[in-house]
Amino acid sequence: MQKVLLSGNEAVARGAYEAGIRVATAYPGTPSTEILQAVADNYPDIYCEWSVNEKVAVEVAIGASFGGVRSLSAMKHVGLNVAADPFFSLAYIGSATGGMVIVSADDPSMHSSQNEQDNRNYGRHAKVPVLEPADSQEAKDFTVWAIKISERFDTPVILRLTTRISHSKSVVELGEPVKPNKATYEKDVNQRMILPAIARKMRIKVEERLKKLIEWGEDCPLNIMEIRDKKAGVITCGVTYHHVREVAPELSTLKLGMVYPIPPKLVRKFTDSVKELYIVEELDPFIEMELNHLGIFPKKGKDVVPVLYELNPERVEAALKGEPDPISPPMPSDIPNRPPVLCPGCPHTGVFYNLHRMKARATGDIGCYTLGALPPLSAMDTCVCMGASLGNALGLEKALGEEFNKNLFAVIGESTFIHSGITGLVNCIYNKGNTNLIILDNRATAMTGHQPNPATGVTLMGETTHELDLAELARACGASYVAEVDPYDLAKTRKALEEASESEGVSVVISKRPCALIVRDEWKPALRVDVEACNGCRLCLQVGCPALSMKEKIAVIDRVLCTGCGVCAQVCPEEAILERAVI
Amino acid sequence: MLIAGVGGQGIILASEIIALSAMKEGLDVKKAEVHGMSQRGGSVVSTLRYGQKVFSPLIKSGTADILLGFEKLEAYRTAQAVKPDGVIIVNDQEIYPITVASGKAKYPQNLDQLLVQTGRKVIKIDAYNIAKELGEVRAVNVVILGALASQLDLNKESWLSAIKERVPKKAVQVNLKAFQKGWEVGEKQV
Ligand SMILES: Cc1ncc(C[n+]2csc(CCOP(=O)(O)OP(=O)(O)O)c2C)c(N)n1
Repeated sequence: MQKVLLSGNEAVARGAYEAGIRVATAYPGTPSTEILQAVADNYPDIYCEWSVNEKVAVEVAIGASFGGVRSLSAMKHVGLNVAADPFFSLAYIGSATGGMVIVSADDPSMHSSQNEQDNRNYGRHAKVPVLEPADSQEAKDFTVWAIKISERFDTPVILRLTTRISHSKSVVELGEPVKPNKATYEKDVNQRMILPAIARKMRIKVEERLKKLIEWGEDCPLNIMEIRDKKAGVITCGVTYHHVREVAPELSTLKLGMVYPIPPKLVRKFTDSVKELYIVEELDPFIEMELNHLGIFPKKGKDVVPVLYELNPERVEAALKGEPDPISPPMPSDIPNRPPVLCPGCPHTGVFYNLHRMKARATGDIGCYTLGALPPLSAMDTCVCMGASLGNALGLEKALGEEFNKNLFAVIGESTFIHSGITGLVNCIYNKGNTNLIILDNRATAMTGHQPNPATGVTLMGETTHELDLAELARACGASYVAEVDPYDLAKTRKALEEASESEGVSVVISKRPCALIVRDEWKPALRVDVEACNGCRLCLQVGCPALSMKEKIAVIDRVLCTGCGVCAQVCPEEAILERAVI
Repeated sequence: MLIAGVGGQGIILASEIIALSAMKEGLDVKKAEVHGMSQRGGSVVSTLRYGQKVFSPLIKSGTADILLGFEKLEAYRTAQAVKPDGVIIVNDQEIYPITVASGKAKYPQNLDQLLVQTGRKVIKIDAYNIAKELGEVRAVNVVILGALASQLDLNKESWLSAIKERVPKKAVQVNLKAFQKGWEVGEKQV
């Protein structure tokens, strides 16, 4: 068969195709986003969608399974928190009619996430099998296995990836696609109405299913025992297996492809074959606790393998040798950092510049705009999780009184607002808040790579659809003041923000302008500085635009980076920043 | 090998072409990078390994054979990850981080010297001007790849066919020229 170079995410998409999956849903989130992107780009037979959030994504996938169709739902690790409610019910309901795989892409080291949760724990918590591939080949193959297991054992399956799997590319040998199931629907309340009386019966099924899965795991092809040196052996899973092989090629290994439930006989066979047992796993002592429960205690485990952050060959080597954890590699410390920044021409900048000038407080949310918290804008105070800004603002108001709220804004992106901010808005209004909300509508879910969303009026499959009118929605929820502004116009934006904070009830200001990266053809020629007029006051640097810097006490604008948005020109008291043609 | 630079410099495409070239020789390849937050103008490092059999996609610090630096400061930041007798190929370009632009920090002026002081063999290439002379500044990546290819043991044909596969059709000819120019610069410094 043909061999190709695929990322773990692309491999999962290919696996979905080979497994006969016909419905795939997701809400974007690093490092999982490219899975659905790859489905949309390569496999037109699969219906795919950006759902508004992960909960809805899983619910759509469950619906497809009810209809006899195999489905996949992909999300980043924290996405499964949002989808936990349907997911836990699904664990009881099962997926006998159409296999279901829930892809959870975890982010050890939090390369682009707010926390480092280990979603293998969801397997144990919901009593659902967890598969964990170690490279792209397995990412594809395990997706196919997930569907087989799901249908055979009547259970959803978690396919757990990590950033290193999702975003690493390796060689994949493609397989033949199987025929998809035939879509049918039969009413079956005893399998699908999770009422207490029925759930109690399902509860029994769940325990029996686990036993069967353990039995199957004892000699399933996903768990691979390799006996080399009998002096010591390592139980491991995922990409960590490869780190172990890299630094200690002589050690025997048991690689658990199905990392939950763990088959005791197989584990004992392995521990009996080697003199010393080590467990090397990333993040939580998940395998270790399962083994402890069986009365097996490794010679080396989480006592030497760090629980924090992503593992790599040198950390694994140090742990096995009993050396201190080389947690960060040596790097020169006397050189400037390069933190991520809002792009030149970013429409969020105009809002944050104003908030900064108004000395406003702002409860923030998650998206590109989270970067507005960094200097020089320093315009946001908090970030908890998607959709939290509204609830946080109301809580502050209730705690500190209405006066405090005058100069307090909740700031949220449009995709995040639709994901889980709408309920927060309704709550603010219902509970008589005075909160001021800013929705940053940049016509894309920009942070994760410019996916369309309901406010853009386009679907993942490229179809045009109803475009959600955010202003109308805010009014319908009961907002007393609603304004739409162009954030490139600093003065008008400021005026709207001031009116919002002065008006009674909940106010909503919608900052509307497309992300500069999606409208490159609309960029204006780079601006330039009139060197005679510039007095070196550095006020323009307060905008935080990467295209601006100072050279010999005069502002300079990078011609390649500048998009001509004109925000810095509005800030300059000397009117020294001009359009190119004027000079 | 490691590839270091600034988000938006085309590092991912470059590492893609390297990986493909190695694959064309029947080798096992793994490459790793991190997308997302780190991309918005932040530091980016891509890791690439090839050989008969590759286990970990990551490289132990201080053992990489080669570092391809797309930007000088980023090359220096990553230099310690290269083995002491390894090679650093560095593009002669400076991109100021926001901390420098806003006056909070200073961009080191002696990076060339600092790089040499690491003891690794340094090959400097002015890829931007080479690409500009060819009339296609977007071919900067491929100029750098040419310099890299001159230091590696992969066949030239594998590189050429990988480039043809991955760059836009219209730009194939100019990219092949860019590759050749980069190769020549690198070769001189063996
Ligand atoms: C539960 C959850 N799902 C997904 C993500 C990943 N994520 C962070 S922000 C964001 C969307 C940002 O879009 P938007 O609110 O429109 O802001 P923009 O980036 O466009 O400024 C996503 C998908 C997350 N952090 N948490």
